[in-house]
Amino acid sequence: MKYKSQKIAYWFFAFSMLVFAIQLTYGFIMGFARVGMDGLHEWIPFNTAHTVHLNSLVVWLLSGFMGAAYYIIPEETENELCCVKLAYVQLITLAVVAVAALVGYHINYWEGRKFLEIPRPLDWLVAINVILFLFILLMTIIKGKRKTTTSLVLFGGLVGAALLYLPGMISFNSQILDSFFRWWVVHLWVEGVWELIMGGILSFLLIKLTGVDREVIEKWLYVIIALTFLSGILGTGHHYYYIGVNKIWLIIGGIFSSLEPLAFLGMTLWALAMYSKGEKKHPNKLAIYWTLNAAIVSFLGAGLLGLAHTLPQTNIYTHGTLVTAMHGHLAFWGAYASIVLAIMYYAMPNITGRKFYNHTRGKLAFWLANIGIFTMVAAFAAAGVAQVYLERKLSFDFGQVQNELQVHFWVLITGATILSTGIILLLIDFIKYGMPTDEALVEA
Amino acid sequence: MLSKQQAKMLFLIGTFVTFAVFIGLTIYSLSLVDEEQPALSEAAARGKHIWEKNNCMGCHTILGEGAYYAPELTNVIERRGEAFVKAVLMSDQPWAPNGRKMVAYGMSEQDANDVVEFFKWTNQLNLNGFEYVDRKVSPLAIKKVK
Ligand code: HEC
Ligand code: HEM
Ligand code: HEM
Ligand SMILES: [Fe+2]
Repeated sequence: MKYKSQKIAYWFFAFSMLVFAIQLTYGFIMGFARVGMDGLHEWIPFNTAHTVHLNSLVVWLLSGFMGAAYYIIPEETENELCCVKLAYVQLITLAVVAVAALVGYHINYWEGRKFLEIPRPLDWLVAINVILFLFILLMTIIKGKRKTTTSLVLFGGLVGAALLYLPGMISFNSQILDSFFRWWVVHLWVEGVWELIMGGILSFLLIKLTGVDREVIEKWLYVIIALTFLSGILGTGHHYYYIGVNKIWLIIGGIFSSLEPLAFLGMTLWALAMYSKGEKKHPNKLAIYWTLNAAIVSFLGAGLLGLAHTLPQTNIYTHGTLVTAMHGHLAFWGAYASIVLAIMYYAMPNITGRKFYNHTRGKLAFWLANIGIFTMVAAFAAAGVAQVYLERKLSFDFGQVQNELQVHFWVLITGATILSTGIILLLIDFIKYGMPTDEALVEA
Repeated sequence: MLSKQQAKMLFLIGTFVTFAVFIGLTIYSLSLVDEEQPALSEAAARGKHIWEKNNCMGCHTILGEGAYYAPELTNVIERRGEAFVKAVLMSDQPWAPNGRKMVAYGMSEQDANDVVEFFKWTNQLNLNGFEYVDRKVSPLAIKKVK
């Protein structure tokens, strides 16, 4: 750690890990409900579990991004974070809003729009919180000694994410318009501005971990985010095929979304090329594991499994089935969960001064988590394909088909158990790093 | 080889152009919605808000969006009929014909009617072919149905 104020990142990571644990817990509630064990139905019906699962996912990723930004921006701009006290205020208000929303979901206080369930009054608090966060970063960048591409791309992605939250706050009478603008948030986040955030963090990690020249790394960063927007913006059309808007989106969405995997492939090749070009001397092996995991698995989950159902001819059958859940899990895991864990594993030894770089528990956590999620994705894939075939080709009833699929949900639960074992080890790791300390400061 | 400056320009210009096209297409396709789709009655709009307030999408899909725990409902009125749907909504016991439980909403007749109006509206939508998949008609046979 080069600046004292980078310590604040610790608390965002800690909050992030806490919410991650909540996400997994509610995942299990849904998994068990699918095999008929729904004893909690009266208090936590499936829609509550689903909403908590998805919202806590978004919250822990965003908190991780914020921690990442508070760690990266001072180091990139070469000065202390502006207004550290405000940053703590921002942390606390973030936690308050998140907890309020999650509690509300248990008492029917929500807006039933997948991913955007936060009710309007709390939306405003989120907006204020995010403005505060961006203000702190902006002031830090302005008074900084240098403006690097890495920091600007990261900041740009965060600003974009804040702006794109707004279309999700409009309310509509028509389900068509509701759905149309819901995607401006959901799609343009994960296949747009979040890729900038990911690119910025990845760029920082590659610079630090491989020792390759910054100019080379940052040039490719531009190429990748160019590919992202060139394909991803019009690629939004792949959600507009069948929601009641004009046929033109079948062509536009089909063509441009098929190009989206290129941006993820770009990230994979970029990271692998920089890694093999670099000196491979950096001792923090776990940070390297997670960095490469993000670069590779994002391509598998978002790129390949996205491509698998993105053409209108395929999507007409798979739309709104477990095939989508298969893709959603590996895409979020590979891209955003992995990049948050990567920056965390990079930053934690530097913030706390404890040089756990290559220990067995950390490696075990990495492998178990990955084996677990791949098992889950395989279960969703098998269940999804069978569902499409039985329900949409052979015209069986929904409920009957789901009962036929039970064995796959047992595999899902098995995978989830392996994943969660890995994550418990990871949480133990986190605790073992101990508290952040000024003694961890090294010469800038 | 591409320089860093050129890569940056590619990003900026590419973003600007595709975003402009995207906005254009949005305006174009939204301006056609009223023409291509049935009008929305007040009762159907109320039904939509009941749908939203109770987060039905946390278990069901509509227009293919939502959760995959319970049936797609875009064409449920046609599949099951009005009386059946009202019975599901007004039941004060969890509806569970195949084991999985729905929340027992015990809706008033008025609310149930509004939700039914909402489903009647979704049932009439033109969904570029998906409405036939939901009706269990193979898209390959759509031409025959029409
Ligand atoms: C906790 C999950 C859950 C929630 C929330 C929920 N449902 Fe259901 N719903 C179900 C299940 C499960 C079934 C029965 C599926 C089966 O086995 O056929 C069902 C069946 C239905 C059916 C009959 C469908 C058919 O094809 O037979 C309708 C209509 C329906 N629900 C409407 C609604 C509406 C409207 C709401 C919101 C006010 C809602 N549901 C909320 C789980 C849920
Ligand atoms: C990291 C990037 C990505 C993430 C996190 C992600 C995640 C998701 C999620 C969660 C959904 C369900 C959304 C909802 O119903 O609200 C979804 C849907 C979808 N995704 Fe992705 N995705 C990513 C990238 C991609 C890419 C690159 C493609 C195409 C090549 C793609 C194609 C699709 C399609 C076609 C759907 C709609 C499925 C349906 O009709 O039910 N995704 N994605
Ligand atoms: C304990 C482990 C987990 C279990 C048991 C689990 C289970 C589930 C289940 C049953 C669903 C609902 C599918 C549906 O009916 O709509 C779901 C949705 C989802 N989960 Fe998980 N999950 C787990 C971990 C994760 C992780 C680690 C991530 C992200 C990295 C994740 C991301 C998602 C997403 C994005 C969706 C929405 C998918 C869609 O609608 O397409 N889950 N999960
Ligand atoms: Fe998308």
